[in-house]
Amino acid sequence: MSFFFEVLIGGLLSGVMYSLVALGFVLIYKASGVFNFAQGAMVFFAALTYVGLLEHGLSPWLAAPATLAIMVVLGLAIERVVLRPLVNQPQITLFMATIGLTFFLEGLAQIVWGANVRGLDLGLQDEPMQWLADSTGINVSKFDLVAAGVAAFMVTLLALFFNRTRIGRALRAVADDHQAALAVGIPLQQIWGIVWGVAGFVALVAGLLWGARNGVQYALTFVALKALPVLILGGFESIPGAIVGGLIIGASEKLAEVYLGPFVGGGIEGWFPYVLALLFLLVRPEGLFGEKIIRRI
Amino acid sequence: MTAMSGGRSIGGAILALDNITLSFGGVKALTGISFDVREHEIRAIIGPNGAGKSSLLNVINGVYHPQQGTITFRGEARHGMNAHDVAAHGIARTFQNIALFKGMSVLDNIMTGRNLKMHASVIEQAIYLGRARREEMENRAMVEAVIDFLEIQHIRKTPVGRLPYGLQKRVELARALAAEPSLLLLDEPMAGMNVEEKQDMCRFVLDVNEQYGTTIVLIEHDMGVVMDISDRVVVLDYGKKIGDGTPDEIRGNQAVIDAYLGVAH
Amino acid sequence: MFYREAGQFKLSYNADAAIFPIRQDRIAIAAIALIAFVAIPLLATPYAFTGILIPFLILSLAAIGLNILTGYAGQLSLGSAAFMAVGAFASYNFMLRIPGMPILLAFIGGGVMAALVGILFGLPSLRIRGFYLAVATLAAQFFILWFLTKVGWITNYSASGVITAQPIVILGYEFNTPSAKYLLVLSIVTLMALAAKNMARGNVGRSWMAVRDMDVAAEVIGIRLMRAKLLAFAVSSFYCGVAGALFAYAYLGTVEPEAYNLDLSFRILFMVIIGGVGTVLGSFLGSAFITALPVLLSVTVRFLDSSIGLHIPESAISNLELMVFGGLIIFFLIVEPHGLARLWQIGKEKLRLWPFPH
Repeated sequence: MSFFFEVLIGGLLSGVMYSLVALGFVLIYKASGVFNFAQGAMVFFAALTYVGLLEHGLSPWLAAPATLAIMVVLGLAIERVVLRPLVNQPQITLFMATIGLTFFLEGLAQIVWGANVRGLDLGLQDEPMQWLADSTGINVSKFDLVAAGVAAFMVTLLALFFNRTRIGRALRAVADDHQAALAVGIPLQQIWGIVWGVAGFVALVAGLLWGARNGVQYALTFVALKALPVLILGGFESIPGAIVGGLIIGASEKLAEVYLGPFVGGGIEGWFPYVLALLFLLVRPEGLFGEKIIRRI
Repeated sequence: MTAMSGGRSIGGAILALDNITLSFGGVKALTGISFDVREHEIRAIIGPNGAGKSSLLNVINGVYHPQQGTITFRGEARHGMNAHDVAAHGIARTFQNIALFKGMSVLDNIMTGRNLKMHASVIEQAIYLGRARREEMENRAMVEAVIDFLEIQHIRKTPVGRLPYGLQKRVELARALAAEPSLLLLDEPMAGMNVEEKQDMCRFVLDVNEQYGTTIVLIEHDMGVVMDISDRVVVLDYGKKIGDGTPDEIRGNQAVIDAYLGVAH
Repeated sequence: MFYREAGQFKLSYNADAAIFPIRQDRIAIAAIALIAFVAIPLLATPYAFTGILIPFLILSLAAIGLNILTGYAGQLSLGSAAFMAVGAFASYNFMLRIPGMPILLAFIGGGVMAALVGILFGLPSLRIRGFYLAVATLAAQFFILWFLTKVGWITNYSASGVITAQPIVILGYEFNTPSAKYLLVLSIVTLMALAAKNMARGNVGRSWMAVRDMDVAAEVIGIRLMRAKLLAFAVSSFYCGVAGALFAYAYLGTVEPEAYNLDLSFRILFMVIIGGVGTVLGSFLGSAFITALPVLLSVTVRFLDSSIGLHIPESAISNLELMVFGGLIIFFLIVEPHGLARLWQIGKEKLRLWPFPH
């Protein structure tokens, strides 16, 4: 029984990490209606920039803010160069542009910083919490726990930001209707700049955590793909949805691998979240927290 | 299409709605609507904005399914029939906000109206010799007849997205006609048109009714048009029927006058 | 001046609906056909066949498949490579287990298997649209590859998972030279491209485009949405399946799941976007572009190295490729969202007026 809990908790915690990446998606979608496929590449870019700066001799206390600055600048540049020219195009066009952006960022990151796998040390060990293991026999990694804490903190921060601040309200207005937002004097370009900057920040946090966990390598971009089922479950516009979705995906993925995997030769993790999301979509196309899509004829 | 010789003779009821009630969540769009449409007539549906006129057409069309009430078409009562089957039974329509396929040319849009008459399989179409080609050419000839009828020959290869509003409406009418419907539902066919365009459209509607005998139900706001071309009128207000009769009868109906003038009730 | 249609009157609807209604176009196509079928086999080097021409043709076919689904029917798919894989493995199994199976029939069989799988994964499209559907196709991509790797019967219990494809023998003649394979692939692709064009201009093509543009209106005029969407998935997957079989038999020489990974799916999507969504010509242009790009890039790099001494390390080239791909996608989407095919069309229109400016 304790093994089950171990797998479950491990899955939940890794799910929280997925949620972090999904958060970046939700932010941008909520504020600009763009589905940013490049979020994963941004995570990768952030992680790579951080270790790259470390390798060049910067201390972590300098490298982190420097990376943040770079990510914000990157976000602003993306908004200016890619999104602004495409502002009135259908959603699918913007989506495909972000796919192109993904490839561009991946190539750029590896050219600038090199393509070898690196470790990322955040000073946290991936070892079980001793007292918990001793008392209940369940092994929960310290690292995972801290990561979950960080993610929870970010979610709360962002939720407050969106719902309680003036800028947050402006962001939601922009997401709903660009024209109307302009009509009431909301500075569109500034807002988008802010959004992409914040998304960059989220990408940095996700990048640091994921990089420390799995090493900084090209495969990091596939983590982002895993965020898609999270979004489907949680809805594209809901911050709490990203969390709940992440938890469900993380937990179910691990449980499926451990309990169903042996029957079919393993390797289920690669597709299970997607198939789960697919089945979910059939029942509830707009996700757990998403808004029901009503079409007027 | 068979042409009617000289004048039309209005037949018995081709469509009958009985006690139709339609709600969306808590909002009642239609309450207890009952009326009939006689074959070969032009029936207008009028009423203030938000009265439920488009919803009524959607119900007839099979796009919305009423919670209560029956629809009888050509003597057969139908329950929950979907839009595709309704089309197959001979009902065609146009939409208030033009529902043309923006990525295709005028000709292709109208040809889609013929899709129920084309039966060649995918493989036959891929090879294109034989039945598929013959079918395509036959239907093309028929569509060209509609194009001639509505005088849109000069724009047949233009992508519809590039056409002015009035012409788009005409193309939508052509697409509906191409299906050779026995009942044609027109949702504000003259909205947004100037006087000349309206006159043209009126002429086309009358021609369709006279030449092909098509029964027409139309939603229209222009009272002049309604009084001129319709045989009978149904008046809706807040989802209820408040008038049903000839244009002259409606003109004198106090409830109708009140509804339009906005008298509090 | 040369591209005028003056004097060319169409006397029948049939003539008006032809694929190449303008005489100059027909001459151009005949010339291209001559070059493709006669000149190239005589003049091209083996590398040109195996490195450029054959993959270009095969991927064009896959791009046509994706175009049918995404371009004409408007259903976004990120799993085209997985359907190619189904085609390849199905063909392999047909050849392996049915003695005396003609290989062309095995290819068709592979396509049919892919079509069936396509219908299965296309069922969600009846409820889901847009990005959600894209994620569903990702499910197909990951699941199918996993399935093909895990189920031993499919790979004939091969230990390495990499199987050698059987040689292509038709009517006793073995297609083992690059030029022979090229001609075979060319013939198959030409026929299927023609079929695709016929479908596109016929009733089924119009139904697809109607579903893409406004599915509610399509339903109201009598188009069965379910049938149209599933048919799109079926036909599209058939094309991808045949392309996948050709990919294994006429290009790689092996049948392995890894060759049909997510990367390939994205490549094919890029071909469709850059080439022109919803056109058969666009599939070819996009494929040519994406196939030629790495070659162009390495040639440019070598040129820069030798001429101005700018040395770019090998490892950077593949990353440069990624950047150029990504950058070009964005560029095309901003400048000409309808891709190279539209640029071609604009070019032709300018040519009609040449030498006059308007």
